[in-house]
Amino acid sequence: MKSDPVIELRHVSYRLPGGRALLSDIDLTVGAGETLVLLGQSGSGKTTLLKLINRLLDPTDGEVRVEGRATTDWNPIQLRRRIGYVIQETGLFPHFTIARNVSVVPQLEGWPPERIQSRIAEMLRLVGLPPEEFATRKPHELSGGQRQRAGVARALAADPPVLLMDEPFGALDPITRIGLQREFRSLASRLGKTIVFVTHDLREALRLGTRIAMLEEGRLVAVHRAEQFTHAPERQIQNFIAAVRNGDDDL
Amino acid sequence: MAFLDYMFHNRDLILSLTFEHLQLVGIAILAATGLGIPLGVAASRNPTLRRWSLGFANVLQTVPSLALFGFLIPVTGIGGRTAVIALALYALLPILRNTCAGIAGVDRAVIEAAQAMGMTSLQMLLQVELPLAAGVILAGVRIAAVTSIGVATIAAAVGAGGLGMFIFQGLSMVNNNVILAGAIPAAVLAVFADALLGLIERRLSFRTGKTS
Repeated sequence: MKSDPVIELRHVSYRLPGGRALLSDIDLTVGAGETLVLLGQSGSGKTTLLKLINRLLDPTDGEVRVEGRATTDWNPIQLRRRIGYVIQETGLFPHFTIARNVSVVPQLEGWPPERIQSRIAEMLRLVGLPPEEFATRKPHELSGGQRQRAGVARALAADPPVLLMDEPFGALDPITRIGLQREFRSLASRLGKTIVFVTHDLREALRLGTRIAMLEEGRLVAVHRAEQFTHAPERQIQNFIAAVRNGDDDL
Repeated sequence: MAFLDYMFHNRDLILSLTFEHLQLVGIAILAATGLGIPLGVAASRNPTLRRWSLGFANVLQTVPSLALFGFLIPVTGIGGRTAVIALALYALLPILRNTCAGIAGVDRAVIEAAQAMGMTSLQMLLQVELPLAAGVILAGVRIAAVTSIGVATIAAAVGAGGLGMFIFQGLSMVNNNVILAGAIPAAVLAVFADALLGLIERRLSFRTGKTS
């Protein structure tokens, strides 16, 4: 890593109160401006790892550092407002208009109204939702793809340096999905955010990631640059790739 | 018709008793709402409180209404105060239960998003949970109000007045006209209250985009 890592996990484990380990001894760094993809099957611990970064969960062992500070030293409210979060069902507030949804964090942060207004318009344009058409709509008046765009606009609104994305395109049809992935990639490189992106989809990982971290049953198998990932020597990664390829042959 | 004649001749009394009836119910529902919603919010954050408060309200609901009025007389005496307290205790369960259910029913993804965006617990309650639960909570208030209008006819038995006056009088006189002079306005009140609160409830639910 050239620069200091924005996110750093040191020997991180997370165990449920009952004792079952969801993550074991993870060491991982995410550099400024890169998109790190967490790849793995359901139950491999990807989402749990994400939640450790914005302190929705605290590690039971080890330490998660964001911008050089342990998450447990951060005020969780302040930490979360510096981290955009996009989840599969977007979690848009159904009783708010799209504009109000996008403005949530700026409002919580006490931005002046004019600045919030211009920011809403800017963000909606950025994600391809013309504000004159979409600002006053409610989430249920949007298609699934449009809702995801709104979710991204909301996560970016307060200009957080870090973005966490948990299968944001998981629930979309393949065509919408590929379109959004393409746009997301150009957006990511333009904005220079540090992004951690969770997916179980190998193609998505290869398309979007700067580096890919493979998780299996709560353990980190390996991290590789995206272009080297398919040639990775680890048996688990090769098995995963083979399983995806075999799945395709059946079609 | 003799019944309509009777109603017409006693219209002033009917009107004033209807007003009295509404007053009993109105104060009771306000009190039950004022107690039930905060209690429901607290209960939704504390499973032990939830179990106990819902259990308590459930037990209250099983006490026959005439008996509840009777139990209260030694404590609060004869009159409107006793009636209001009894009605409020009855109204508590639907409001409390629906507040708990409404908040518990808010989509997990929405709660998680609110949390991840750095909302404090109070901001989450006021901006997300209560607005999204409002339709369900109001449905509870509606059930409570309609039930109370019916139960309040018994308040006449403890000297609190209201439309029950006609009903009890009619029963003792074995005169259907007198009974109906109390029963019909009470029924009309209930229907109106139901429609009005139903309208508000739909408004509140519509804001969330659900067309229930």
